[in-house]
Amino acid sequence: MRAPYLRIDRVSKNFGSFQALKTISLDVYEGEFVCFLGPSGCGKTTLLRAIAGLDIQTSGRIEQGDRDISALPPSKRDFGIVFQSYALFPNLTVVDNIGYGLRNTGMRKADIRERIQSLLAMVGLKGQEKKFPPQLSGGQQQRVALARAIAMSPGLLLLDEPLSALDARVRLHLRGELKQLQRRLGVTTIMVTHDQEEALAIADRIVVMNDGNIEQVGTPQEIYRNPASPFVASFVGHMNSLAAEQVAGGRLRVGSVDLVVENGPNLPVGSRVKVCLRPEDVQVRGIQTSQLNSLQVRIEAMEFLGSFCRAELSATQDAAIRFKADFSVNAMRDLALDLGSEVSVALPKERLRVFAAEA
Amino acid sequence: MANLLTAPANVVVSAADLAEKPAAIRPRLSSEDYLMRLGLGLAAIFFLIAVVLPLYALLKKSVENADGAFIGLANFAAYFDDAGLMRSLRNTCFVALTSMAITLTLAFGYAYALTRSRMKLRGLFKAIALIPLLAPSLLPGLALVYLFGNQGIFKALLFGHSIYGPIGIIIGEVFFAFPHALMILVTALSNADQRLYEAAEALRARPWKIFLSVTLPGCRYGLISAAFVVFTLVFTDFGVPKVIGGDYNVLATDVYKQVIGQFNFQMGAVVGLMLTLPAIISFAVDRLVQKKQVALLTARAVPLQPKRRRLIDGGCLALCVAVSVFLLLVLGMAAFGSVIKYWPYNLTLTLSKYDFKALGTGGWGDYLNSLRMAAMVSLLGTSMVFTSAYLVEKSRGFRWGRGLIHFCAMIPLAVPGIVLGLGYIFFFNAPHNPLNVLYTTMAILVLNTIAHYYTVCHLTAITALKQVDAEFEAVSASLKVPFYKTFWRVTVPVCLPAILDIAIYYFVNAMTTVSAVVFLYSSETKLMSIAALNTDDAGNTAQACAMGMTIVVTSAAVKLLEALIGRGLRRRSQAWRGA
Repeated sequence: MRAPYLRIDRVSKNFGSFQALKTISLDVYEGEFVCFLGPSGCGKTTLLRAIAGLDIQTSGRIEQGDRDISALPPSKRDFGIVFQSYALFPNLTVVDNIGYGLRNTGMRKADIRERIQSLLAMVGLKGQEKKFPPQLSGGQQQRVALARAIAMSPGLLLLDEPLSALDARVRLHLRGELKQLQRRLGVTTIMVTHDQEEALAIADRIVVMNDGNIEQVGTPQEIYRNPASPFVASFVGHMNSLAAEQVAGGRLRVGSVDLVVENGPNLPVGSRVKVCLRPEDVQVRGIQTSQLNSLQVRIEAMEFLGSFCRAELSATQDAAIRFKADFSVNAMRDLALDLGSEVSVALPKERLRVFAAEA
Repeated sequence: MANLLTAPANVVVSAADLAEKPAAIRPRLSSEDYLMRLGLGLAAIFFLIAVVLPLYALLKKSVENADGAFIGLANFAAYFDDAGLMRSLRNTCFVALTSMAITLTLAFGYAYALTRSRMKLRGLFKAIALIPLLAPSLLPGLALVYLFGNQGIFKALLFGHSIYGPIGIIIGEVFFAFPHALMILVTALSNADQRLYEAAEALRARPWKIFLSVTLPGCRYGLISAAFVVFTLVFTDFGVPKVIGGDYNVLATDVYKQVIGQFNFQMGAVVGLMLTLPAIISFAVDRLVQKKQVALLTARAVPLQPKRRRLIDGGCLALCVAVSVFLLLVLGMAAFGSVIKYWPYNLTLTLSKYDFKALGTGGWGDYLNSLRMAAMVSLLGTSMVFTSAYLVEKSRGFRWGRGLIHFCAMIPLAVPGIVLGLGYIFFFNAPHNPLNVLYTTMAILVLNTIAHYYTVCHLTAITALKQVDAEFEAVSASLKVPFYKTFWRVTVPVCLPAILDIAIYYFVNAMTTVSAVVFLYSSETKLMSIAALNTDDAGNTAQACAMGMTIVVTSAAVKLLEALIGRGLRRRSQAWRGA
């Protein structure tokens, strides 16, 4: 197994009595695009800033390449950074912003000019050389910030919610460009975001954080299909969650309905659990009453979301069992589904995830 | 350690790792960090020499006797026993309170007119109201002599009372303190939410009720602030009572008499400390008030659009005209007095009073001294203030050091000029002090003036720096560019308007200052403001007016220059500053 490029070893950060990071350990490999994902206050930006040296950790080691950078000031580390506010120098042109670090290296003027031109081409800003940041659109400013960060060919690229300040359409577009640029340059990149859709679309691996801890590290597919905890399950994508009781190995009772599950943890009979299912995993076509985990439901509410509807269902035999299901427009038409309809659905046993209920 | 249990196997944890606890990290400082801390250290030395040690010397003197032995509070006891000195204290309080009451009322009405009415010519009235800032504080005193003195034009209006004494002092101080109160109240009244007024009207509240329940409470902290500022300003002013106080003694002139007249440094120190009390209290109150000041202008507030109200607008106009006439009359009288051959007997116009050389009062050398001092104060003071504010705001770590420098920067506001000057005599004139050599040079005047007006400049700089993106230094570090290059290439250009403000503030105040420098000048470093004071002492009121007017004209010219430079600056940086 290849050695990690960035090694975070039991890093903790305290602000007074508040623990922002609780003994975090993580490996990041060279060329990877990693996303730190989590709600506000989970510590993802704190961790990023510790890696950058802007808010050095209270204890724990950080290694980059072969160096122990734990105590080094930012000026002695090797990274480029893009902040949420971009922090572009307003009184310098685009060219001067991008070349800011290059000017200081003693490169020849001609070489600097050439490099800046190639960077402009890379981020798609040709023709904006003489403009000042306040004259640019949000998306353009972001590209300048990016070009400035990669100008010095850093070993690590750190992005602190770079797309948050943009409106939805620009964000989508830039997201793709960011991924392409990173692939092309091969620079190890860490991006902080609270937008799980963004993380799923763009990352090679996602680090889901909550309350100063890492909840799960994995590829987007792993995180989505096999969430390791109820938090990850509910934070990434939509997730139904029902309270249940373990009645036997592989069998749960939800209210008055029994469900068969495949991947549950081995908990003693009688323990309280949470059984989770994604709305899109609810099967509605061709359900036989003898099918495993099938039940009769009524459609109580519907949200039209364009290509599909998210329906709120309640079981006819036990109105306390309520969950959401996604029905494609096709299915709704073929099965004549509408508000108040009663229909049979099945909950596939391999798609049900079971977690121990928190005390 | 929940993350170890739930994280998949790509986090490899060995038994050895589990065994030892990770060590606490001690961040290493870069050479830039050391450089910044060195800068803060130099700032600390500045404050030590320019503020802390002189004040300490003053304190020490007040508890010593003439031989330098420690005698506890005996001087203070003697002070409270001395009937004459106690009378001065009562006089000062009376004058300060009365001036405060009058100034606040006028300034409030004026500020209301400027911000809440649809009166015409508001720009012009605002400009006129700031005129007293251009003049040394002794100028209104001189003008009042011409207006109400023994040969005064309006002498009859006094009904037999003399202008020399409390009446003259109060009128002069109202002129002097007016712009300070006005600026605070204009700011306080500017932040008004239209929706509150609409709501009050919808509830059928009468105009007077609206004034009492919405307008006044909204600006109450501004009123409190202005009250304390004016009180302290008048309480500690030296120029007006010196010229027109006559036999009516106040604390500031007492200090002068004790030190210059009687060489009773110990008593002078005691009186000086009495002068510092209202400044300290005012400072403490202001800090408390700042904390309680709720943001009146929230993001959702709608700026107030005053409606046209004929009666109110008419009343406002009348008030503003009356006050403007008063201000212009005082200034005009001083100007007039400076070009009259021999008041009131020979009213031919002449510029002979401006021929300082011919009249043997040091010539234009004093003027050049003033200019030179103002220029040095402006240049050195602005650099010092902005650089140390930058270091306080943007250094990494070193919290206690930055907090200390910030605190030191706030001290000068609580120290009246005359007290600082006194402290300087005690500290710099001490025989064993190696800095003794600075005494009676221009350097000590420059140092004193920079220190005296430091706080407002420091706060202006800090405010401007807080508005600059906090991450510039982080970006600079990631690009391996040292902080001082970013300071020069980015921070200074972005903050240039504030820097210009500070430079002009220092310049104008250096031109007009009297209180502190009156103890520190020598024959080679005499300033125009001091020359004016001395020449008035000798009975040459007309020439004192001429000198005062020279200062006014210079200050006005500099303000005009500032406006032009400001406009040029804005135009050149239009592209990236925006509007």
